[in-house]
Amino acid sequence: MSDPVVNPFAHKASRGRTLEKLTFWVFRLATYLVLFCGLFVFGDIILKGSGTVLNAFKTTDTFPYVTNTFLFEAPESLYVFTHNGKKLEMGDKEFRAYREAAESQAKAQGKPAPKFATESYVYSAGGIWPCIVGTVLLVVGSMTIALFLGVSSAIYLNEYAKDGPVVRFIRLAILNLAGVPSIVFGLFGLGMFVLFFNWNVSLIAGWFTLAFMVLPVVITASEEALKAVPKGFREGSLALGATKWQTIRSNVLPYALPGILTSSILGIARVAGETAPIMFTAAYVVRDKLPWDVEKVGDFFFQGVMALPYHIYVVSSKIPQNDYTERVQYGTAFVFLGIVALIAMTSIVLRNKLRSRYKW
Amino acid sequence: METPAAPATFKVNVPASSAPRNGVADTLIDIHNLDFFYGAKQALFDVNLKLDDKRVTAFIGPSGCGKSTLLRCLNRMNDLIDGTSVKRGSIKIRNVDIYGKNVDAIELRKRVGMVFQKSNPFPKSIYENITYGLRIQGQTNKARLDEVVEKSLRGAALWDEVKDRLHESGLGLSGGQQQRLCIARTIAVEPEVILMDEPCSALDPIATAKVEELIHELKKQFTIIIVTHSMQQAARCSDKTAFFYMGKLIEYADTRTIFMNPSNPQTEAYVSGRFG
Repeated sequence: MSDPVVNPFAHKASRGRTLEKLTFWVFRLATYLVLFCGLFVFGDIILKGSGTVLNAFKTTDTFPYVTNTFLFEAPESLYVFTHNGKKLEMGDKEFRAYREAAESQAKAQGKPAPKFATESYVYSAGGIWPCIVGTVLLVVGSMTIALFLGVSSAIYLNEYAKDGPVVRFIRLAILNLAGVPSIVFGLFGLGMFVLFFNWNVSLIAGWFTLAFMVLPVVITASEEALKAVPKGFREGSLALGATKWQTIRSNVLPYALPGILTSSILGIARVAGETAPIMFTAAYVVRDKLPWDVEKVGDFFFQGVMALPYHIYVVSSKIPQNDYTERVQYGTAFVFLGIVALIAMTSIVLRNKLRSRYKW
Repeated sequence: METPAAPATFKVNVPASSAPRNGVADTLIDIHNLDFFYGAKQALFDVNLKLDDKRVTAFIGPSGCGKSTLLRCLNRMNDLIDGTSVKRGSIKIRNVDIYGKNVDAIELRKRVGMVFQKSNPFPKSIYENITYGLRIQGQTNKARLDEVVEKSLRGAALWDEVKDRLHESGLGLSGGQQQRLCIARTIAVEPEVILMDEPCSALDPIATAKVEELIHELKKQFTIIIVTHSMQQAARCSDKTAFFYMGKLIEYADTRTIFMNPSNPQTEAYVSGRFG
C-alpha cells in the first residue's frame, strides 16, 4: 500500500477566502435589494393602478362602442350618496342627471323632491384625458426644441469649433448645467419665459423650460455619438471634395443618429416626469378646455395645459386624502408609467431600425 | 551613425518596367522651400520637390519622417488638424499655389483625390460609395451615374467581382476589395492626382499585388503619389522615389537610381535595410 495521495489543491481556510465570500454576498445582496425595491414600486403601482383603468371601461351607443372613462374623460368631482337604500358613487355630470331624473319622477308622482345627502371629493371621478394630452404635447414640443438645439450645438462643438480654452469652458458649463436641480429650471422658466417674455403660463414656456433642462444630456450624448463615428468617414468624404456640412449631413449624422436617439430616450423620460419645471411655467391644476379648443391657431402655444406628473402632485398633496383619491393617484401613476414606457419603446424600436441600417 | 551589429543587407529587385519611360515628363506639382508646422513643432524642413505628370512617385522613409505629412499637404487634408500651418514656401499645381488666397480646398480636393491607409468605404452600398463624390457635386442623372459606376469599378479592376451586388454594403467586401472600392470612389470624380497613403499596409500579398497592378494601369491617366513603408513596393511600382528622413528630403531621383545607386549614404543605408 502506497501513501495516500496528498491533494495540493484542497480548500484551505484563510482570511482572503472569507473576505472573498463576504464581498460576494454584499454585492449580491445589494443587487437584489435594488431589484426588490424596483419590483415593489412597479408592482404596487400596477396592482393598485390597473384596477382604476380596467374598471373604467364602458360601452357607448356610438362608434367605437367602448370607451374608458378614466383615460378619455376630464376629471370631475365624485359624489357619494345613499339613495333608495343603495350606496352610489357618481361623477359630477352623472350625478346631476341622476338627481334631475329623480326629481322629475317625484314631481310626476306628486311626491316632494328627494333630498340627497352627498359627500363630494374633488378630482376623484372622471378621468385624466387632459393630463395625457398635455403631457404628450409637452414631451413632443420640448424634445423637438432640445434635439434641434442640442444636436446643432453638439455638431458645432465637435465638428466645427477649434479645441481650446473657450470650447472647454463651454463644455464645462454644459456639464454643470446638467447638475442644476429641476426646480431651479422652473424658476428660470418663470423669470425668463413667463414674466420677461410675457408668455404667461403656457405650453411654449413649458417647452423651452423643459428643453433647457434636458439640453445638457442631449448635447453631451450627441457629442459622444458624433465622436464614435470613425474619422475615416469624414476624411474619405472630404477627400472627394465634399464641404464640411455635406460630409456631416450625409456621412456623419446618419451614423450618429442611433446614439443621439438613445440619449433622447432618457431625455423623454425626464421631460415627461418632471413636475418642478412645469409647475410655474405650463401646468394648470384643472382646465376644462382641451388644447385644441382654441379660437386662433396662435393661441395654441400660449395656453396652459394639465400634465400627468403635476396632476399626481395635486391629487396626492393638494386635496384631502381618502380611499377615493387614492384610486386616482395610483391610476394616474399607472397610466403615466405606461405612457413613458410607450414613448421610450417607440424610440428604441426606431433606434434599432436605424442601427441595423447603418452598421460599420 | 550607429548601426546594429551584422546588419542584414538585402538588395531590392528593381524590375525593368520601372525604368524611366521614354520622353521627358512634365512637372505637375512643384514644391518649393516648404516648411510645415504642427503647432510649434516643425514637421517638414525646406522641402524642394518637382513631381512628374502621369507618373508614379513614391515617398519612402522611416516612420515620422514627414512623408505622410507632405502627402496630406498636397490636397490640404492637414487643414483639418488644428494648429497646422505652412510657414514658408509654396506648393504649386499647374503653377497655381494651392495655399494661395484664391484657392478653395474643396475645389482642390476634387482635383487631388486621396486613398487612405485604412480602407474606409462608407457604410453604404457599393453603388452609393462610387456615386458619393458626384452626388455631392449635384449629379443626379441616373444614366450618367450608372455609367460612372461601371467605368470606375472597371478602372479599379473590381467590376467583375461586384457587378452582381452593386446595391449591397461596401463593408461586405474583403479588405483588398474595400481598398480597390476606395480607389474606384476616388477615380469616379476624375481627379488629376491620386494620393495614396500606404494603401497596402493592411492588405495581404495577393491583394497588394492587385493594387500594384492597378497602379500601373492608373498611371496612364492619373498622376500618382504613393507613400509606402515597403521598399519593394516603391521599387515595383514607382517611376521616381523620394527618400525622407527627419522631415527633410534626403534624396529624390529615378527609382532605379535610388535603389541601385543612391548618392546619399543615408539613403543607401535605408534602402539596404540597415535602419528604419
